[in-house]
Amino acid sequence: MSRIVGIDLGTTNSLVAYVDERTGLPVVIADRDGRRLLPSVVGFTPEGIVVGEAARWQLARRPADTVYSVKRLMGRGWDDVKDELRYFPFKVLSVEGVVKLAVGGREVTPPEVSAIVLRALKERAEAHFGEPVEKAVVTVPAYFNDSQRQATKDAGRIAGLDVVRIVNEPTAASLAYGLHRLGQGVIAVYDLGGGTFDISLLRVKDGIFEVLATNGDTHLGGDDFDRVLMLWLLEDIQAKHHAELDRDCVDLANDNEIMQELRLAAEAAKVRLSGEERTTLTLPLPGFTYRRVITRAEIERLLEPLVARTLGPCRKALTDAGLTPAEIDQVVLVGGSTRVPLVRRRVQELFGKPAHSQLNPDEVVALGAAVQAQILAGGITDMLLLDVTPLSLGIETLGGIVSVLIPRNTTIPTSAREMYTTSVDGQTVVDMHVVQGERELVKDNRSLGRFELRGIDPMPAGMPKIEVTFLIDANGILQVQAKEQRTGKAASIEVKPTYGLTDTDVERMVEDSFTYAEADVETRLLIETRNEADTVLTHVARALRQAGPLLGTAERQAIEAAVAALRAVRDGNDRDPIRERTTDLNHATEHLAEAMMDAALKGALGTKRADEIMTSTAETPPSHGDRQ
Amino acid sequence: MSDFFSVFGLERRLAIDAPALQRRFYELSRQWHPDFHGGAAADVQARALEESARVNAAYRALRDPLARVEYLIRLEEGRDTNEGAAIKPKAPPALLAEMFEIQEALEEARAGALDDATRATMSEQRAGLEARMAQAEAQITGPLSQAWDAAAPAGKPAALNALKDALATRAYLRTVIDDLVAVLEPEQVGGLGG
Repeated sequence: MSRIVGIDLGTTNSLVAYVDERTGLPVVIADRDGRRLLPSVVGFTPEGIVVGEAARWQLARRPADTVYSVKRLMGRGWDDVKDELRYFPFKVLSVEGVVKLAVGGREVTPPEVSAIVLRALKERAEAHFGEPVEKAVVTVPAYFNDSQRQATKDAGRIAGLDVVRIVNEPTAASLAYGLHRLGQGVIAVYDLGGGTFDISLLRVKDGIFEVLATNGDTHLGGDDFDRVLMLWLLEDIQAKHHAELDRDCVDLANDNEIMQELRLAAEAAKVRLSGEERTTLTLPLPGFTYRRVITRAEIERLLEPLVARTLGPCRKALTDAGLTPAEIDQVVLVGGSTRVPLVRRRVQELFGKPAHSQLNPDEVVALGAAVQAQILAGGITDMLLLDVTPLSLGIETLGGIVSVLIPRNTTIPTSAREMYTTSVDGQTVVDMHVVQGERELVKDNRSLGRFELRGIDPMPAGMPKIEVTFLIDANGILQVQAKEQRTGKAASIEVKPTYGLTDTDVERMVEDSFTYAEADVETRLLIETRNEADTVLTHVARALRQAGPLLGTAERQAIEAAVAALRAVRDGNDRDPIRERTTDLNHATEHLAEAMMDAALKGALGTKRADEIMTSTAETPPSHGDRQ
Repeated sequence: MSDFFSVFGLERRLAIDAPALQRRFYELSRQWHPDFHGGAAADVQARALEESARVNAAYRALRDPLARVEYLIRLEEGRDTNEGAAIKPKAPPALLAEMFEIQEALEEARAGALDDATRATMSEQRAGLEARMAQAEAQITGPLSQAWDAAAPAGKPAALNALKDALATRAYLRTVIDDLVAVLEPEQVGGLGG
């Protein structure tokens, strides 16, 4: 069997991993600069498409053409997402019920955007192995429904990857722990990522990973943490600086670029507050600079309701599994948002025992996907994952009531059979409406699609006996088969997915993906370098405006010379000089950064000196170290 | 089609050794799970998918003693297709007066008024019903199950009817408790749709 890689297609970051044949252990594949995480950000530029770090650099400068957190839109209908769209700086449309993004002068679907991320990971793996990679295991949140899983599979196909298995993120994590012999007995995996939350309870015994129950919320994660902090800061800015804002006619909430800067600053502050008790947020705005100290207590008050929302699904999963918190042997934390101390505390309180994350919470899902890939490739034979379907599957019956065919938390693969007949003489078509969810009424559940049974021989009403089999495969994806019992003939079924793409759509996208070629490697690197240069130039220009008086003439002139030198090469097609001048400018502004930081803190904290308050949390504006 | 007991090589009996059942389930999963047949021919893959779905369904039906009784009733009555409860909830005659009282309190609470005194009463009623339900369950999975296993062929229908009656009572208690919970802890109900 050919090589299969494991991919974690995350809301914020994505990774690709494989199991090293020599050690038998999973490893994450880094890019040529040693970066393991690929930001799940895609930028559409006139020069072509950029992805990952390069795209992230342009988030604040080209907000309308830079797509992030697209996972939140995967397999979703317009009604599901319309409320949160105002927070996205890019344009989202509803085209015949399908969610599309209008970016870079074209319309793309969420699976096409995810496909660009997947293709970048595929190329990363191919560069590592020096050979084509065509198969992958891709992870999804355990609580993803059928449409969301299908959309993920479609994204793989558009990227030229055969997705041989969709595996749930928390269970993937448990495989990684299991391989390291770190998880045995009954374990709870609490997985809070950038956009989604899952809780899975498993029994790990004799190499079998049996999921007992799973629950979650596919719209809850670090993005929401950032958002509440951002909105709180926005109010604070508007309250304290309305005079300046009015004077300059600045409408903060409707300025995409400023809102992106604010979002990124809020995210950075959140990350710092996981390690520190307090931090200072500095945001240069038109005409003034906003500064504020944020304490751990303040952010926790904002996050508390969101963290509380994760506890309900935990209790429901415990009930479904018939377990009490005391019966859980181990609690494992997965996903970047579990670094937030409040999350750890609440989880610990609920389960009554410390929660741990011995394996890197950002990488463990990809490592587990690699383990599952190795199982499928036949390289591991002593481990087996028995997962469940997270949501009940049912069909619409008279009066819009759901008849449940497969209850939630049923081990997959699983199937249910149902007999159908006709209600009118000579009827040749029977219509079925399949839904997923836990509510009694069809309208309160998620519609998966309408299935039309065709080619029934004309007979008196009630005579045909059609046996329909609903099968949920090991990917958690529904397959429907039908057979007329009298003739034994398979009936043909036409699927009209409610939110997903039809086969024809996907075929077309596979073709389009070749015409919408990405910027080639050289162009991409050039764009990346220019983006970095632009970011540094923007920061330095602001810093000079604000902190200019703190500098001596000689220093000021040196910085201005470095700015001019960078500007002179910025538009050239050779990236080396751009990079060199960017580095020079960074060096020239080191003192400016320190001076600003000091001034900012004096302003914010009165008389104390910077080093009395914090040592390592300073965010020096002109530098460009990795954000988390 | 063979029944779920025979999937695990078991006779049609309600007494099942749980650890042995789990072991056998793991063995059959290793044998049939599609993960281990990814490289096989299409017909072998299809067979694996079908068999493993069947093993999973059988384990689900048998691992829990109550679900096992429900499955046995379906099987004995020759109903084989749909999952889900086949037993209609029925109020136990001995509890009718008390049930009437609870229904009345529920009506009132739904109309909007839930003061502390009513809440306390209802919580008490809930606790009482939960204790009764636990009792009913112990009766079903204990003596009544043993009675069915022990009955001679001629006695099986009567033993089965006793199980059905007890399940109907339990189902009734379950609905009333659910109604009470819906009023007492509305945040625990619904809102699960993905």
